[in-house]
Amino acid sequence: MLAEALFFSAVLFVIGVFGVLIRRNAIIVFMCVELMLNAVNLSFVAFAQAYGVGGQVFVFFVMTVAAAEAAVGLAIIIALFRHRQTVDLANINLLKG
Amino acid sequence: MTPFTPALLQEAVSKSMPHGTLSILYTFHFYLFGLIAIVSALLFVTRKSPVAAVLWLVNTMFCLAALYVLLDAQFIGVIQVLVYAGAIMVVFLFVIMLLNLGKGLAGDIRKIGWKLVGGAVAIAILAEVFALSRAKTPINLTLPQGFAAQQIAENGAINPLAAPLFNEYLLAFEITSVLLLAAVVGAVVLGKQRGDENAR
Repeated sequence: MLAEALFFSAVLFVIGVFGVLIRRNAIIVFMCVELMLNAVNLSFVAFAQAYGVGGQVFVFFVMTVAAAEAAVGLAIIIALFRHRQTVDLANINLLKG
Repeated sequence: MTPFTPALLQEAVSKSMPHGTLSILYTFHFYLFGLIAIVSALLFVTRKSPVAAVLWLVNTMFCLAALYVLLDAQFIGVIQVLVYAGAIMVVFLFVIMLLNLGKGLAGDIRKIGWKLVGGAVAIAILAEVFALSRAKTPINLTLPQGFAAQQIAENGAINPLAAPLFNEYLLAFEITSVLLLAAVVGAVVLGKQRGDENAR
């Protein structure tokens, strides 16, 4: 089942990349990043079945980092919304110069 | 009375079914959950309403949890449902509710140029990943077939994961706690109203 799991993982990751590129809503872009992390977790678990349990430990760490990222990222989105009254990435161009 | 173990369950299941049925069922469910995950992910990316998008993503994560269980990672599957589908996605929904974004932005999806760029990048990455996945690994690095399932049958689902986590990866585990503390402090600082005396 390793090849099939890697196939699903690759497709899910690419859907995440596609979402980041075509969406302008900051929250949806953020969720696409979460989807990419999940896709990578799937390959970790698939490889863990074939090459030893270390991959599952890594999934544990990836989930922790994702939780921390969600907390900080959503706080940033709330702070941005307070300043601009929007989460549309087209209107958030503070660093554009 | 003997204690109920996964090995006993496996034995009972294999006795009650003709040979080969289990593996067909397994493959069927693997493909089923994988396809549901991909379809929900596609729907998630294309929905206009953020609330609908979150719910489709939750569906993807449930299917991923099922795939984890099928890949002999029961504990990771449970954590996936509890932490991802249960906690992280609820925080996303909560923020959407807090900012009142439920109606969705008019035309939030980018124009055709960006779609072409996105499609090109997606195809390039997909090709790259497929090329990488065809690479062969040395045979002495791979575990024998069914090793993970056997380990779970002997030691339970959590022990094989906990032993390396608290021995080999102990330092990383401790650093993770520092990371979580930093994230909590950062979220509070970012979320606080600036210049408002009452908020302190």
